[in-house]
Amino acid sequence: MVLEHFWILILFPLVGAAMNGILGRRFPHPVIAWLSCSTVALSFLVALLSFYNFIRLPEDQRILTHHLFTWIQSGNFISEFSFLLDPLSMVMILVVTGVGFLIHIYSLGYMAGQSGYYRYFAYLNLFIFMMSVLVLADNYLLMFVGWEGVGLCSYLLIGYSFEKRTAGDAAKKAFILNRIGDVGFLIGVFLIFRTFESVQYLTVFQAVSEQFAVMGTEFGVLGAITLLLFIGATGKSAQIPLYVWLPDAMEGPTPVSALIHAATMVTAGVYMIARSAPLYSRAPETLFIIAVVGISTALLAALIATVQRDIKKVLAYSTISQLGYMFLAMGVGAFGAGVFHLLTHAFFKALLFLGSGSVIMALHHEQDLFKMGGLRKYLPVTFYTMWMGALAIAGVPLFSGFFSKDAILWKTFAAGNEALWLMGVVVAGLTAFYVSRLMFLTFHGGERSEKHHQGAPDPSPKEPSWSVTLPLIILAGFSLLAGYIGLPSYLGNNRLEEFLAPSFRFQFSGQAASAMEHAHLTEVILTLVTLAVAFLGFALAYHFYIKNPQVAERLANRFPWLYSLLRRKFFLDEIYDWLIVGPVQRISRTILWKGMDVHVIDGLVHGTASLMQAWSHRVKRIQSGYARLYATWILGGALLILFYYYWISP
Amino acid sequence: MFGTELQLTLLLLIPGFGALVIAFVPSRKIHLLRGTSLFFTSLTFLYSLLFFTHFDPGAETMQFVQKVPWLNVGVLHIHYHVGMDGISLFLVILTTFLMPLTILASWGIEKKVRPYMFFMLLLEVGMIGVFVSLDLILFYIFWEITLIPMYFLIGVWGGKRRVYAAVKFFIYTMAGSLLMLAAILTLYFFNEAQNFDLVEITQRLSLNQIILPFPVELLLFLAFFLAFAVKVPIFPFHTWLPDAHVEAPTAASVILAGVMLKMGTYGLLRFCLPMFPSASAALAPAISLLAIVGIIYGALVALVQTDVKKLVAYSSVSHMGFVVLGIFAFNLQSIEGATFQMLSHGLSTGALFLLVGMLYDRRHTHLIQDFGGLAHVMPRLAAFFMFIMLSSIGLPGLNGFVGEFLILQGTFLEHAGRAAFAASGIVLSAIYMLWVYQRVFMGAVQNDQNRTLTDLNFRETVILVPIVLLVVWMGLHPSTFLRRMDTSVQKVVDRIEQVREPQIYRVEYRGH
Repeated sequence: MVLEHFWILILFPLVGAAMNGILGRRFPHPVIAWLSCSTVALSFLVALLSFYNFIRLPEDQRILTHHLFTWIQSGNFISEFSFLLDPLSMVMILVVTGVGFLIHIYSLGYMAGQSGYYRYFAYLNLFIFMMSVLVLADNYLLMFVGWEGVGLCSYLLIGYSFEKRTAGDAAKKAFILNRIGDVGFLIGVFLIFRTFESVQYLTVFQAVSEQFAVMGTEFGVLGAITLLLFIGATGKSAQIPLYVWLPDAMEGPTPVSALIHAATMVTAGVYMIARSAPLYSRAPETLFIIAVVGISTALLAALIATVQRDIKKVLAYSTISQLGYMFLAMGVGAFGAGVFHLLTHAFFKALLFLGSGSVIMALHHEQDLFKMGGLRKYLPVTFYTMWMGALAIAGVPLFSGFFSKDAILWKTFAAGNEALWLMGVVVAGLTAFYVSRLMFLTFHGGERSEKHHQGAPDPSPKEPSWSVTLPLIILAGFSLLAGYIGLPSYLGNNRLEEFLAPSFRFQFSGQAASAMEHAHLTEVILTLVTLAVAFLGFALAYHFYIKNPQVAERLANRFPWLYSLLRRKFFLDEIYDWLIVGPVQRISRTILWKGMDVHVIDGLVHGTASLMQAWSHRVKRIQSGYARLYATWILGGALLILFYYYWISP
Repeated sequence: MFGTELQLTLLLLIPGFGALVIAFVPSRKIHLLRGTSLFFTSLTFLYSLLFFTHFDPGAETMQFVQKVPWLNVGVLHIHYHVGMDGISLFLVILTTFLMPLTILASWGIEKKVRPYMFFMLLLEVGMIGVFVSLDLILFYIFWEITLIPMYFLIGVWGGKRRVYAAVKFFIYTMAGSLLMLAAILTLYFFNEAQNFDLVEITQRLSLNQIILPFPVELLLFLAFFLAFAVKVPIFPFHTWLPDAHVEAPTAASVILAGVMLKMGTYGLLRFCLPMFPSASAALAPAISLLAIVGIIYGALVALVQTDVKKLVAYSSVSHMGFVVLGIFAFNLQSIEGATFQMLSHGLSTGALFLLVGMLYDRRHTHLIQDFGGLAHVMPRLAAFFMFIMLSSIGLPGLNGFVGEFLILQGTFLEHAGRAAFAASGIVLSAIYMLWVYQRVFMGAVQNDQNRTLTDLNFRETVILVPIVLLVVWMGLHPSTFLRRMDTSVQKVVDRIEQVREPQIYRVEYRGH
């Protein structure tokens, strides 16, 4: 019963958003909170019920669509407002509503007493709605509704404290950089329609699996489509060259960072590529580009993360880096492994963000790592749960991140990309380093908080309320356990891959299964290498920030250019400003507006007018009022006419 | 009355009668004047909805037609010929929909209310007339009629440089339309039937009963095109627009952007393409280039404006560029998208001017630097502005997206490069709109004069809510509109195809 109507789960948050958005200013805070959380809870419940019924279906029936109404129809172009539930969207919708619900609960505590409470919850609900549309859409254009819709919510929530200049700037930057990607996505959709005369997934995938049954060798239309869609993904999922908005997006409230800028929205690009696996698997050039962009982003962001002072910035770069891993997976054709990492990352990164939010709250909005320290005794729940998240992201065996990251690295190696694999291992080491650094600086060592010494009446930080700690505990549980659904082949069954298989059935299957697929021994050895490197990262962090805290500073002083290169994020913001933003403004102002519009065009317009005037001044002298002059003119005219008729045309 | 021949004429008569009534109301009775205007414009709107409900989407011919001989002077046969199809239907409704809202937005007008309201109603007659005329002379008369009230609305009730702006507007437009008049008369000499009937001329042209040598067709096309290009405005004929908008009172700006610019693109679609298809096809690349330049240029210049109203004016140049691009891609999706975009732009830009006007009523300035942090003092106005801004930058799910998407998708099918360049306008529109929103509404309140501003009152909310509802409706269920445009747009496309196909055959023949 429930299964046919799975789509109603998108309605609840929409209703919540509309009610809070329109009437929220008049509601007392508990009403707003209750309304907002309950709608998402209902969505999550419907998602769970759907899942329960979904797994009871035979595997070949696990694709359901529900048609609501025709959205845009013009000639042979049709985009329906209909939804698709298949294993991939099932996984995504569970993450979106599940993690979304936990973060709503967390927000109750985090946002308590803030002004604009209704606004916050309305936007958050709207986000869940848009994200659900993105994930459940059954065609590319409807996906684009969600795609831009989540971008809008991100804009609204980053700019939540709009009185701050920085928040406004960050919000605008996020939207615009996303828009640049979106244009790529949109042109990709145009090309899809031109090629397949449809934008509906299943029709397109069916067509592509028939028309492109043999892998093409040259860069053709599929290469163009996939590359254009990928441009959209680099915006939404913060990859090179459009990633620069995500660190700034940390201006938003921390639960927003956890939900939108870590667990769900930024993974939309990964989801989109996994969804389009039938197209991507037939475009090897694009896949290679994606793999290179992914691992480069992962490496670059991990490097930058090692020197950030702001706790949220570290996590933001970490997110970019982990997304890079996911794109690496996509790029080597390991779509399942990428989705797996998306899933585990949603848990542990949301956990890390929410944990950092708890720390920030306890320290009255202090975000500088170097003003923290020794918090373990004040914030025990946050301390233990965050370490779970840290161990997961660092890839410590038995934690979820270990399985998913290892799956990606192994698939990369098995596909014959040893260089990419090596870079991936380096990133694993860096990850272990920056996350341990973050944990050591926050919870261990001495207390460096300035606020402690100012003799405030309530100096010791306290753990916030249950609504903050409960989501932490639940997410910690998932960070520990989520990995077991995707065991490596030498340990058992990869249940996630099996579950997802129907979603990837149109994928190109011409590639011979790699001979390495079952080389268990190699896989184990490679895993051990990764672990060793990660341990090295951990040990270095321990050495720098626990044993000899002055070493890090000395290193920074020894290599100032390197340090500032990393601190300033490779100057990419400055380069964009210098190369694009500045010139565009100057050219628009001086050449186009003041030059072209005011001088050239209006100059011509006014010039014509004054020319007319000047001539009029001369011509008007004829009307002098003297009768004898008029008589002369008449005579002259008559003579001219006579002259014409007698001599020129008789 | 509905169902008789007079049904469409009545649509012209209601506001016309309203204008007459206004003329007899004592000028001191401001409230009565306002009320009367509101009554007649609302009545016109409600009446126009009947055309929506009675419209037959499948009909190939003009609907609600009335045709009577009007002036028979010797060999001149001028008819009073009016009718509607799927293209004009919604433009008429857009006009009648915006009019009551602009009257409501004119509550701030306190000097010379009687002539103001008189001109508003006269303007409505002219605009509806433009969209329903099917005789070239009749069309020309209505076209010119709209100029006069607008000239006075800007010149009398405008801002500081109102006279300059009004004269510039008048002469710019007049220069274009005189060329059109010359072309109409030239066309007459090629027409053995010796009339000005658009439907008949188009039909005779397509049956080769009227033969225009290509150079003549080209010249005639250019004459019509220039008249319309000034109105749209197409780059580089746009410099009257920013001045006119900045000086015009709010209501005039709304009508100018909301309806009168569409008279230009409507003219292209109604006259240029069906009458001069070969010339249209031949010049399409050049015009598309102007359209793309307009899209990017308008957006870039909008970006650096210091005056909100001027910014919105330049954004119109950019948005209308999309419409022209769509029209000259000669594709069902692109032209349907262009027609849809005309409506969308009318709504969202009309609403933007209304909002800017509401700001002006409170602060008596348009300068961006005088604002800042207004979302603190006017949360409702800020929310409405945000919503309309999203519609204007084409957020999917709202009206602006549908038009832009169809234009670009249709254009892409024919000319991928054009669509790709034009698509950059989507990024630029987000940049200038978000930036101005940030500078006006976000941040802290810096200027003390802004601290005491009052939020939207009931009247202003009543103006904005219908627009918002329509924005959502058009965005989520565009079929309501697109379905009724299909047949009429297909006819235009077929007409172009008619002259393009032989060329394809020629190429094939040469190939063998």
